[in-house]
Amino acid sequence: MKTDIILAGVGGQGILTIAACIGLAAVEKNLHLKQAEVHGMSQRGGDVQSHLRISDQEIFSDLIPKGHADIILSVEPMEALRYLPFLSKTGYVITNTVPFNNIPNYPDLDDLNKQIEALPNKIAINADKIAKDIGSSRSSNIVMLGAASSFLKIKIEDLENALHQMFDRKGEEIVNMNIKALHAGKDAAAELMK
Amino acid sequence: MQKLVLLGDEAIAQGAIDGGISGFYAYPGTPSTEVMEYAQRSKEAQQKGIKNTWSANEKTAMESALGMSYAGKRAMVQMKHVGLNVAADAFVNASITGVNGGLIVVSADDPSMHSSQNEQDSRFYGDFAMIPMLEPSNQQEAYDMAHVGFELSEKFNVPVLLRITTRLAHSRSGVKRMEQLEQLKGSLPKDPRQFVLLPAIARKNYKKLLNIQPALMEASENSTYNKYLDGNDKTIGIIACGIAYNYLMENFPNGCPYPIIKLSQYPIPKSYVERLYNDCDEILVLEDGYPIVEEKLRGFLNTGKTVNGRLNGKLPRDGELNPNLVAKSLGINIIEGNNSPEMVMGRPPSLCAGCGHRDMYNALNEAIKPYGEGRVFADIGCYTLGALAPFNAINSCVDMGASITMAIGAADAGLVPAVAVIGDSTFTHSGMTGLLDAVIRNSPITVIISDNSTTGMTGGQDSHALGRIPEICKGLGVDPEHIKIINPLKKYHEENTKIIADELAHHGVSVVIPQRECIQTAARRKRAARKN
Repeated sequence: MKTDIILAGVGGQGILTIAACIGLAAVEKNLHLKQAEVHGMSQRGGDVQSHLRISDQEIFSDLIPKGHADIILSVEPMEALRYLPFLSKTGYVITNTVPFNNIPNYPDLDDLNKQIEALPNKIAINADKIAKDIGSSRSSNIVMLGAASSFLKIKIEDLENALHQMFDRKGEEIVNMNIKALHAGKDAAAELMK
Repeated sequence: MQKLVLLGDEAIAQGAIDGGISGFYAYPGTPSTEVMEYAQRSKEAQQKGIKNTWSANEKTAMESALGMSYAGKRAMVQMKHVGLNVAADAFVNASITGVNGGLIVVSADDPSMHSSQNEQDSRFYGDFAMIPMLEPSNQQEAYDMAHVGFELSEKFNVPVLLRITTRLAHSRSGVKRMEQLEQLKGSLPKDPRQFVLLPAIARKNYKKLLNIQPALMEASENSTYNKYLDGNDKTIGIIACGIAYNYLMENFPNGCPYPIIKLSQYPIPKSYVERLYNDCDEILVLEDGYPIVEEKLRGFLNTGKTVNGRLNGKLPRDGELNPNLVAKSLGINIIEGNNSPEMVMGRPPSLCAGCGHRDMYNALNEAIKPYGEGRVFADIGCYTLGALAPFNAINSCVDMGASITMAIGAADAGLVPAVAVIGDSTFTHSGMTGLLDAVIRNSPITVIISDNSTTGMTGGQDSHALGRIPEICKGLGVDPEHIKIINPLKKYHEENTKIIADELAHHGVSVVIPQRECIQTAARRKRAARKN
């Protein structure tokens, strides 16, 4: 069992929180884990990505080879497309549809949506709206984690436990918000998979 | 024993804590910063009273660590690769003094220049200083090497260079801990003149260093970190250095058919290489960084067997390795995903919305207009992003502190006024001596010390300059009439522009200090305050 995930977004959008949550859940289950992050200059509003690898066997490379990723999990639609060379032929793109537009030449939204629509395996949801609807507009990254959860070979309860570990010190309310966001994302993805 | 999930940098810090360290010394620099940050967060480090305060720059850090070693305790100094240039004087001479307590120098290289101005390879420095080098291939080895590196240093009486690259520094994995060692009690060097590098003593010490080289080779030959892994297919023999070993093995999930030297301790173990060379038709060298091992193997005339690598185009000459590049060098075909569509645009980093450097550049751009372009010398930090649109405000970024001194030279050449833009932390790192030069020469330059009260680019570490800049400038001899503090906010734009314009017109040294806390640091501070 091996799952290779490219996490994508823009600096500050919370992809490392997603990575930390999956990572914690994986380690609790005694799985092998490697997770390469981007620190430093790119964090200032640039594109950021994290290579997250989970396996029951020893993992060698910290980087996922191009063509090997099972999932591209992106909190931003254009960033989802940036990493397509990494995606395997059977891999899934799971992305938020809400653009983060901080550049002058951001693509036309209709064109962007068409590109995503044309992908063979994709789940595209408006994570910002889903997060807002449950009253937790800052949890769109956790909504996206929920949307990817059924692809992870990690039980949803284990992700919940990881959220507890990460957010318990911030109080019960924050933990519950995040768990709610996790489930809302899972449900939204399930709806699209029907 | 307990398993932790750690970044490579964090594994090094934990390994050093468990290996009996008494002091961490560093200046922040991507990708090395998280070693010290971990040491500062670690409760164990606090309980054990392990020193963990940032230094003004890599040279002061290196010397402080050497001082701790002199006093008989274990010390580590961490820096990014270009930081080792700053520390080089102390570093190279520390191999001549030798150590008392174990001393590990961590240098984090940045192939592909993710956050750096070059991709120099620290292994050259290790060679140059003739000391043992460790190059972990994974987080566990990073931990282990930091733990046992002190003993290696003490055994041979030299510092040990621990070289990592960005990918390992910033990648997380599970790490098993080893035994937790007590700190050393501290003792003076047995020879009271060991650290006195007068020529007569230095010559003696240098002979010692030369004489231990065979022993260092023997240590490499016997190191548990170097492995000869035989294979049946002798058409290629592979030398995989540090993290490159992972990229190799990624391509052979069922085992590699070719003989491999997994190289993680230097000097390069000669007997391993002889065996590989004799057994195999061709050699392939995989190393992240410069083709150092490859160059040694080929030799100047390159008359031996074919040595493949970065020098003959089997692998790219520059940039970071990855599993796909290694696969290609072995003729393995990986089916890659589709190209990303053309509509995907680059998203370069930019100054944060609300950042004070923005207001500083807006004012400077307007004030400098009458003099024409091409006269702003900048430095290393977030404000280097002023090179990009919409500011297009700076004309140089070379090394820490170069803004002020390059402005001096340009002004000497007739480019008057010349302007330096430098951050607060960079100013205390390497700008103060340059400002003294300017004062002594009465150079017609304006130095803008853009003070966001933190070391911003690396994530907001404490700045030595905090609250001290005007006094430092006065102390260095800048006329107090020409030290101006401004508040870089949009509402003061006109006023700030005028102040900068007035100082540009002054024919002598002037300093303008736009002072406003980094919005990221300020937000973090407020969040922390709310929590308490």
